[in-house]
Amino acid sequence: MTSTIIWTIAVVTVLGLVLALVLYLVAQKFKVEEDPRIDEVEKVMPGANCGGCGFAGCRAFAEAAVKAPNLDKNYCPVGGNDTMAKVAAILGYEVKAKAPMVAVVRCNGTCEARPRVNDYDGFASCVVKSTLYTGDTGCAFGCLGCGDCVNACQFGALSMDPATGLPVVDEEKCTACGACVKACPKLIIELRPKGPRGMREFVSCVNKDKGPVAKKACANACIGCGICAKTCTHEAITVENNVAYIDPAKCKLCRECEAMCPTGAIHGVNFPKPLDKEAVKARIKERQQKAKEAANV
Amino acid sequence: MSKHTFSIGGVHPHDSKISRECPIQPLPIAPTVYISVAQHIGAPSVPCVAVGDKVKVGQVIAEPGGFVSAFIHSSVSGTVKSIGPRPDLSGRPSTHIEIAVEGDEWLEGIDTSDTLITEIPSDNKAIIEKIRLGGVVGLGGATFPTHVKLSPPPGSKCERVIINGCECEPYLTSDFRTLLEKGEQVVIGAAILKQVMGDVPCTIAIEENKPEAIAHIKEVIAKLGFKGIEVMSMKMMYPQGGEKQLIDAVMHRQVGSGALPISVGAVVQNVATALAVYDAVQKNKPIVDNSVTVTGECFPKQANLLVRVGTPLSYIIDYLGGVPEAAAKVISGGPMMGRAVANLDAATVKGTGALLFLTEAQTRRAPESNCIRCGKCADACPMGLEPFLLNKLARNKDIEGLEANAAQDCIECGCCLYSCPAHIPLLDNIRIGKGSVLGAIRARAAAAKAAAEAAKK
Amino acid sequence: MSKLIVSPSPHIHSKDSTKSLMLDVVIALIPAVICSVVFYGWQELLVLGVSVASCVLLEWAITKYLLKKPSTVGDFSAVITGILLALNVPYTTPWWVIVIGSIVAVGVAKMTFGGIGQNIWNPALVGRVFLLVSFPTYMTTWQQPQGLFGLDAVSGPTPLGTIQEGLMQGSSVQELTSAYNYSDLLFANLGGSAGEVCALALLAGFVYLCVRKVIKPWITLSIFATVALTSLIFWSIDPTRFTDPLFNLLTGGLVLGACFMATDYVTSPMSLWGGVVFGVGIGFLTMMIRYFGSYPEGVSFAILIMNSIVPLLNMWFKQKKFGRK
Repeated sequence: MTSTIIWTIAVVTVLGLVLALVLYLVAQKFKVEEDPRIDEVEKVMPGANCGGCGFAGCRAFAEAAVKAPNLDKNYCPVGGNDTMAKVAAILGYEVKAKAPMVAVVRCNGTCEARPRVNDYDGFASCVVKSTLYTGDTGCAFGCLGCGDCVNACQFGALSMDPATGLPVVDEEKCTACGACVKACPKLIIELRPKGPRGMREFVSCVNKDKGPVAKKACANACIGCGICAKTCTHEAITVENNVAYIDPAKCKLCRECEAMCPTGAIHGVNFPKPLDKEAVKARIKERQQKAKEAANV
Repeated sequence: MSKHTFSIGGVHPHDSKISRECPIQPLPIAPTVYISVAQHIGAPSVPCVAVGDKVKVGQVIAEPGGFVSAFIHSSVSGTVKSIGPRPDLSGRPSTHIEIAVEGDEWLEGIDTSDTLITEIPSDNKAIIEKIRLGGVVGLGGATFPTHVKLSPPPGSKCERVIINGCECEPYLTSDFRTLLEKGEQVVIGAAILKQVMGDVPCTIAIEENKPEAIAHIKEVIAKLGFKGIEVMSMKMMYPQGGEKQLIDAVMHRQVGSGALPISVGAVVQNVATALAVYDAVQKNKPIVDNSVTVTGECFPKQANLLVRVGTPLSYIIDYLGGVPEAAAKVISGGPMMGRAVANLDAATVKGTGALLFLTEAQTRRAPESNCIRCGKCADACPMGLEPFLLNKLARNKDIEGLEANAAQDCIECGCCLYSCPAHIPLLDNIRIGKGSVLGAIRARAAAAKAAAEAAKK
Repeated sequence: MSKLIVSPSPHIHSKDSTKSLMLDVVIALIPAVICSVVFYGWQELLVLGVSVASCVLLEWAITKYLLKKPSTVGDFSAVITGILLALNVPYTTPWWVIVIGSIVAVGVAKMTFGGIGQNIWNPALVGRVFLLVSFPTYMTTWQQPQGLFGLDAVSGPTPLGTIQEGLMQGSSVQELTSAYNYSDLLFANLGGSAGEVCALALLAGFVYLCVRKVIKPWITLSIFATVALTSLIFWSIDPTRFTDPLFNLLTGGLVLGACFMATDYVTSPMSLWGGVVFGVGIGFLTMMIRYFGSYPEGVSFAILIMNSIVPLLNMWFKQKKFGRK
């Protein structure tokens, strides 16, 4: 009995040692020479493999970063400035802190404001729907509501609001990786800077139809009237193809455009106080009055 | 039961030819027509009239915008009111020429009489030029410019002309009525096509559910004395009228992936196109009208109407009594490959062949459930593909996998979705996948071309 | 007028649905069910009832409470699993053994994979094999059936069981098979699980399914052909050790397995040649297990083994694409 046990132990031990030796030799022979910094960089990456940086995953980003002469083209939106600082430290590069971005859904065509005019019965995908026709509302540019953006988000930051039929971005979870921007066939979602303390202004409409057509389809549409562009004292707003656009780099968050917009297409988010439209309008009127008087003098 | 049929797949929807007894009647002309400049495959045509111009029926109002393009003629006489964007039947804006109708004056030189002209001109080049000037495009639904199809690339040889009289889509009967009422013109058109392609044999393929048409055309061929034209009775099966399937059924040759029918020696033209060829060559009449079947069980008055190009769909529907209460979906075309109409004010184009009204019960899709791996979709696919696999690959956006499994060969016939017991929207996703693969193939070809040119320098 | 429906083409659909196909299978099983109840009596009815009820209830409970999705029992696939499981066990099996079998069949072999369409192995067979291995006494005791109308039936073990035991004791095959005649096997009131008897009722159901275009006959026919051929070869070599082809075709649940288990959509290959190879594999493995294995019956194991390589068969044997070599 004992001899069996001894033999078993001996055989298994020898077998284990032989195999370990074989594995070691093979690992040495077929080892791929790699820059050890790639591993180091990969360790500090968030590990989401979301592709937001433009590379095929965190390891691919690390490989590219190690090869690159500087970190200008390599930025990880998920890890943000913290991660980039760590990567810069490992590689000995300098990196500029970038303003944090967030996904913004530029459509406010809710079920109430934008009535449905037909009944879509195909597969529930925005890409399928947009390939077929202009959508089940009167607006040919607005959100189709099937949630391709929600499916594309790997961080759970997007969800469909059943009351409005529009996607909602959870700012805490959004990493600005850009997957939703690519997924939306109507190009409604845009990555915009989060803004100081999260405050930002944007035009929540991408409808390029002429004003009356847009308004007929959706009560919240931008009608391209241009009042916002005329009001803005920072030259931040342009109106092209019957729709206004606020340049986030120039916008100073004064909210005057939002007050003057006749359809309420301009939105301000995360402001501490609600907008007092009358007060702002009065202030604008006063300023414009003073300017006229100054011009007449 | 005919044994002439294609070799892979196919389904048997009920043929529902409830409008087959309706002779083709001309529809009174609408007060305004909107003629699209993008009614064919290839470059959109360029308008050559201006607002305020007076035009006659058959007058050129838009010229070809490229090599693969076609002339577009006014279908009415009147004044050009506007040229600008107007939503098509999917709601997308495309340029339309709006003409306010005044009278019905035809351009001089067009033979509007009923006289049958049986003598075919001998100059093939002149014939093709007349077809080109007549704005003739494939009226089987694809609207490919016919003069381009009849001018195959050097090195390819046509061995047979096939006239497609199958009309395999359920409900549609306009081709059937054309065969019965204008059989002589169709046969002469076939003879013209046959001659132009090198005096090759010609087969007029008609599905066996149209025995009257088969008999009539046989009589017409005998009466007119044309040699080398035969009628083939095809098994009733969808998609018998699909170009690749028809060539397989008639010539037992399969067109390769990405290749054209001429590569196996075939030229296929629809019955309505043969009629248009007769009109263009023998009567100098360009395409200004086409026959449209208006049908559906819930539609009270079945009809086959001769409609001028550019007529708003709402005008046609109102003429026949309006959209029925029970109609839940309006389709331009047949139930398998037609397009659901989102915009009833859209105007007809050369390729409009039918207006079909389906009830909620007939057309509402059932909820999707798990794939049970029954394989009915693969059995049904006439291209021998595996839709259950392509659907999954398309949903995962696996473009390489889609190309490896031949998604680009899909003819979008709808047999897969039709047969799926789990009601999975297979074709919806495969269509997107096919588009991605074709885009990738085009990008590769463009990159290869650019690389080749860079290498030359 | 209410809003128009807009969708991509096609705009019509065939009458087939998962439910209609499964219902056809249930109808095809009715002759066999009737036969088994007539031969085995009310106890068989109880076995059937318990099996179907527990399979359906289990699927309903899992979809509702665990998966929190709409219930899928409406597609009748759980009913089929219940019937097949009941036809695969002796009529004297206690109810709680059957419930355990259902839990394994539906709960483990079907729902853990994601529900219908996602499982690799035939659920009824997994349940049956689990019971065979866990409760061998219940599963291999064949009592004399009373029959519904008190019909006299032959008692004792299944024909295959008898043959195997007899061979081990040294008798020759000819001595053993002389006790049976083929019409008994075909119309069958011999001992066995309910599904082993009445091959004719099962074949009637199979023909019904083929006519209704629910299944295609390739898989079943290739199983029969392979079983017949293999057994013919071996029997010709040594008739004393190996049973003859007809005996093998008619006994031991081959007909039930070939007609209803191997043809299950989810666990069988999609293409024609894949199905033929699948059938050949099942037939061959069945005969090997019967002739050389320690179990008298091989169909269940053979089918489960071939189920494992179905994804590979689907990859190797694709149907010919139009216009390609």
